[in-house]
Amino acid sequence: MSNRGLFHCRNKLAAFAWMVTLLVVAGTLFAAEPVILPINKAKFLIGQHFDFVVESRNGAVDSLDVTVDGIPAEQYFGKPGEFKTVDDISSFRINQVQFTSPGTVTVAATAKQGASDATSQVTYTVTDEKIAQPARNVILFIGDGMGLPVRDMARILSKGIVEGKYNDILEMEKLPNTAIITTSGYDALVTDSANSASAYATGHKSVVNAMGVYESSDKDPLDHPKVENLAEIAIRKRGMSVGLVTTSNITDATPAAMIAHTRRRAEQNFIAQDMLNPAHMPDVILGGGSRHFLPMDIPGSKRTDNRNLIEEFKAKGFSFAGNRTEMNAAAGEKILGLFHLDNMNVYLDREVIKNPKTLGSFTDQPTLMEMTEKAIEILSQNPNGFFLMVEGACVDKQLHTMDWQRSVYDAIELDQAVGVGRRFAARNSDTLILVTADHSHGASITGTYHERDGKTGRHGVRTYANSIFPTFVDEDSDGFPDNPDAEVTLAVQYASHPDYNADYRLKPVPVVPAIKDGDKVVANPQTSGDAMVGNLPYSETQEVHSADSVPLNAGGPGEEYFRGVMDNTEVFFGMVRALGLDGSKQ
Amino acid sequence: MHTEPNTADMAGYFSKGFGPIFVTLVLLTCIGALIFFLHQNVVSRSAETLAFAEMYAGADSLGITLSEKLVYLKGKRVRMTGFMAPPLKPTLSFFVLTDIPMSICPFCSSDADWPSDIVVVKLAEPVTAIPFDRPIWVEGTLEVGSEMDEETGFVSLVRIRADAVGKEDE
Repeated sequence: MSNRGLFHCRNKLAAFAWMVTLLVVAGTLFAAEPVILPINKAKFLIGQHFDFVVESRNGAVDSLDVTVDGIPAEQYFGKPGEFKTVDDISSFRINQVQFTSPGTVTVAATAKQGASDATSQVTYTVTDEKIAQPARNVILFIGDGMGLPVRDMARILSKGIVEGKYNDILEMEKLPNTAIITTSGYDALVTDSANSASAYATGHKSVVNAMGVYESSDKDPLDHPKVENLAEIAIRKRGMSVGLVTTSNITDATPAAMIAHTRRRAEQNFIAQDMLNPAHMPDVILGGGSRHFLPMDIPGSKRTDNRNLIEEFKAKGFSFAGNRTEMNAAAGEKILGLFHLDNMNVYLDREVIKNPKTLGSFTDQPTLMEMTEKAIEILSQNPNGFFLMVEGACVDKQLHTMDWQRSVYDAIELDQAVGVGRRFAARNSDTLILVTADHSHGASITGTYHERDGKTGRHGVRTYANSIFPTFVDEDSDGFPDNPDAEVTLAVQYASHPDYNADYRLKPVPVVPAIKDGDKVVANPQTSGDAMVGNLPYSETQEVHSADSVPLNAGGPGEEYFRGVMDNTEVFFGMVRALGLDGSKQ
Repeated sequence: MHTEPNTADMAGYFSKGFGPIFVTLVLLTCIGALIFFLHQNVVSRSAETLAFAEMYAGADSLGITLSEKLVYLKGKRVRMTGFMAPPLKPTLSFFVLTDIPMSICPFCSSDADWPSDIVVVKLAEPVTAIPFDRPIWVEGTLEVGSEMDEETGFVSLVRIRADAVGKEDE
């Protein structure tokens, strides 16, 4: 019995071993369907440069045969490609190609391994749509994370509401056309700011943490297949000027995505030096984050080399401004203004609270309105026009830390920067202005909050008929309430959150809601209020982005393109259509 | 008259039961001396307290100005209190000390970055039993100047080569 049992067992083992061997051999014998990049349904501007890649990701293959509209790819694009196999992944790549006529394009790729083959097919659209009397300039305002609820908060605080009617609407809401923008990238439902800004900049979706590239199997984050962005086309085709303005690190996701190509947004030192690349060198760079521009030997630098990018920009004819005073005094055709080593402080801390502990030595930072004014002043010298991106970056950063007051003051600041843009457009009717967000947050007004009857915490949240109108006052009429912590304030509640303490009141200094504690995430012990049990996995220590669509407002030449529900990549096509730009040779 | 020890007497001394008391006294003295020595020479030998707010005299876009105290304490023993930020992986022999508790783990999260007022704490051995949510103290030799960690590429300005770490509230 025991012998038979052993024999039986050996037979089973042998059968298993044979199966594994067969599967391994099959894997090397049979080809799997290759991945084609750009992805299916990608849309291109005519003449827009891109890197074309086909990969066999399920094992090396003998060959990858690629055709475009039935013509071998190398012949179609008129360029030789490279076939190679690295780490069991075979790939075929042709860099810097373009489509030269509008319409649909079909790409077929066949992986061949021994006697087997597998084919993938994708279809692209190529557009050359442009308006008859193109805009000279485009200003794209992005409120990072500024979903519809944040606009409502900003309208209530900035304009006031009496018996249910607003005293006024926001500057951005005065633009004539409105659209709803969907925000997902091609990898996942919920996007990050790099991925979504990349869609606006290039017209192509990407993946979380990536900008200006499709995601390939390449290990080098800087070598993933690139797609040309609006700034590059505007410089290459029309000699336009480009400006980037933000309140975050200038190398942070949103401004970076306007010019850069990287799989990893964290490559901020590279992004800083890449701003010197003439293919996409902005003429105006205003924001925070000088630590990525200073040589590593200087205290405060985050660089890992000794390049002094500020000096390199100066050598390229840029004037440098390190604070508001220097920026306002600056003249010339190019400016690099870096007003903080890190992200700039938020409006509420910079202009209202002015706590020395929060600001440190950075007491002379410009407002977003001043930066926008200076950017337009410099860029509008170029008769060929300009593309300017202005970001209210900390609308998002302050919602992550569940500090809606700081977020909304920055949304109002962005709205007033939109006002600067609108006043310029009123004098220059050839300017298209767009205002949108890159994604939303699950933060909503669920009522108002007050402690008049002694109730506090959740019991102080007033819902439905009890949600009496808030008591924000703007005596000096600057559009920002004088007291950000009004007696009757908004009850803003969050759909996603870690463990945290909710107290509904303004925090005198910015604090994080939760901290890591071993494998767990716990409420920040330096906060107090109702203990709220988190509803996110422990991988998240802050409130997270939501997949909600976001509003977009448009005014100026080409505004009619922006209506209804639109994919985020269409923002790019609406801008190039308005500018009458295409990437093809004349 | 003789001054040589009388071994017979000593044997009697021990045999009378004083031996264990003598040995205990000697041991206690040695332990006491050791504790005194360690206390004086390792744990708090001239350790000067350094607060986060005392590290920098100021900053602007062109860099941070180190405080006179920070420069003076370079190479000397210091004691700092702060919060331990979660390390990239438990095997790392350094961690980051911050003024306030950190929500993010910038090592783990690609879109996060560290504030300027942090101190890298280098350890002889990885430390695992330190809480992230309560203040801790660190003692060791202060290092000042840009340095990049080869393994992680992490650039630091102020570091403590620590030989003692503990919980502040114990």
